[in-house]
Amino acid sequence: MGGDVHIGCGAGFAGDRFDAAVPVVETLARHDGPRYLIYEVMGERTLAIAQRLRRVNPDAGHSPYLERYLSRTLAACKRHGIRIVTNMGNANPLGAARRVHALARDLGIDGLRVAAVLGDDLLTFMSPAEVAALPVVEGIGLGDADIVAANAYLGARPVADALATGADVVLVGRTTDAALVLGPLLHEFGWAADDWDRLAVGTVAGHLLECAGQVTGGYFCDPGFKDVPDLAKLGFPIGEVSPDGDVVIGKADGTGGQVSRATVCEQLLYEVHDPGAYLTPDVVLDMREVTLEQDGDDRVRVRGARGAPAPDTLKATVSVEGGWLGEATMAYAGPNALARARLAADVLRDRSGTIAPAETVRVEVLGTGAVFGNDAGEGPSYRGTPQWGEYLVRAAVRSADGAAVQAVVDEVQSLFCSGPAGGGGFRGGVSEQIRTASVLVPRAPVESRVRVEEVPS
Amino acid sequence: MNMVIAPLHEVAHGRAGDKGNRSNISVIPYSAEAYPHLLEQVTEARVLAAFRHKGATAVRRYELPFLPALNFVIEDVLEGGVNGALGLDQHGKALSFLLLGDIRVTVPAGCVRNWRHR
Repeated sequence: MGGDVHIGCGAGFAGDRFDAAVPVVETLARHDGPRYLIYEVMGERTLAIAQRLRRVNPDAGHSPYLERYLSRTLAACKRHGIRIVTNMGNANPLGAARRVHALARDLGIDGLRVAAVLGDDLLTFMSPAEVAALPVVEGIGLGDADIVAANAYLGARPVADALATGADVVLVGRTTDAALVLGPLLHEFGWAADDWDRLAVGTVAGHLLECAGQVTGGYFCDPGFKDVPDLAKLGFPIGEVSPDGDVVIGKADGTGGQVSRATVCEQLLYEVHDPGAYLTPDVVLDMREVTLEQDGDDRVRVRGARGAPAPDTLKATVSVEGGWLGEATMAYAGPNALARARLAADVLRDRSGTIAPAETVRVEVLGTGAVFGNDAGEGPSYRGTPQWGEYLVRAAVRSADGAAVQAVVDEVQSLFCSGPAGGGGFRGGVSEQIRTASVLVPRAPVESRVRVEEVPS
Repeated sequence: MNMVIAPLHEVAHGRAGDKGNRSNISVIPYSAEAYPHLLEQVTEARVLAAFRHKGATAVRRYELPFLPALNFVIEDVLEGGVNGALGLDQHGKALSFLLLGDIRVTVPAGCVRNWRHR
């Protein structure tokens, strides 16, 4: 097994468990050879929110969770030579790099080397009008809405370039999630830019690892059908990749969770459309002949990924102002609760016509099949929904008119004194929204501007 | 062979993912023996029918015989998704269970989870 690279994942979304990486690092520390820890903490909206923050304060706009994640692992990683690759850079990888140095000082870590990957922000060289003219492939039409952020998904090459500087920690902004894994593999193995099958292997490994616990039994357990041991101690994954492109998915020692063909299969197809053509900036992945084989306890071997030449465009996410979302609920419980909840819903529908006449207000009774229903309440209703039970009445509205949105939320609260008997537990709020679209942008103008910066302490 | 009718939920598992207003839902049989039956019975038309009320306009089914598994891509099903949906589950994360609960299949009894325990 000499020469294998071990890559653990410490987080699969912004807000994932802050301490789950600790057993991953402890496990990696017991292995030899090149070892990496990745944190994937950036969603489409995370980046837009970060851009807004950066506009107000040029030092801001990186992950608000940086210290909460890295304070638990940075010292051990430095001590054991485990290199960290993460998109905690969000809209400001340089600012994040400076924060990592500050954290290292606080923790008494000497000689930490940090590098940042820059160049995913399209607005640094394109006008908003040019961005708005790019072809939309997913999500909303951009129209003339105010653009908050526009960032291209970079591939794994810049990550590998950053590792080549000798950095202990690499901070990126928008790259593909899989690039956090493929980057280290390119750096370690020197796979050629047109070695499509190996790039496909690294991309599959990245795709499986980047959602952290989703491949080790998290978001999987269905009691009595798909049981998972000790879910509360869910172990995060560690992938082992050989120079020839052999992949085994395992997990941190001494943890709960499970790595089985079934857990890996669910994650393999997660957010995949055509399994024969999963587009990334590095390779077009074909997983149609992928096989999964149990290779001991909590170990699954992944074979058969194929690659085809990468597309000549990059995907970019464009975020625009999205108005306001208001949501509110009130609970009804006990005898005749269903009738009281349904009456409350009728009251809200009636009142919405007066207080927010221009808006579509969704009013529903949770507990009756509403999650699967549509705005009109049509859908597969639950059989035998009892009158004596517990139900949440919910209203939701979106609009550019914040006052109308607030009025709908207030109306749910007013059920306290003006609605049916026994309503309790009002919860409600209004949040500012960001809408996104995926667009295609030519590679060359983006990639010619990508650069790696070593950030001194 | 002893064939039985069961909800898809007792024969297969799956996970939903979102991109824009499009959802993908995997359907993975617990027993590989069920795969040819799912291939025959869990059709694009039936899946579309399960999601028509949500606004779904088209379904594309991808077959993965080596896993084995099916992957359904359902267009316009998320009522706008995180950009526009008013429903509680804007990502459509729960939709895998709508599919698994809505469709019934006829399969060998050995392909059904917990069949013996009823």
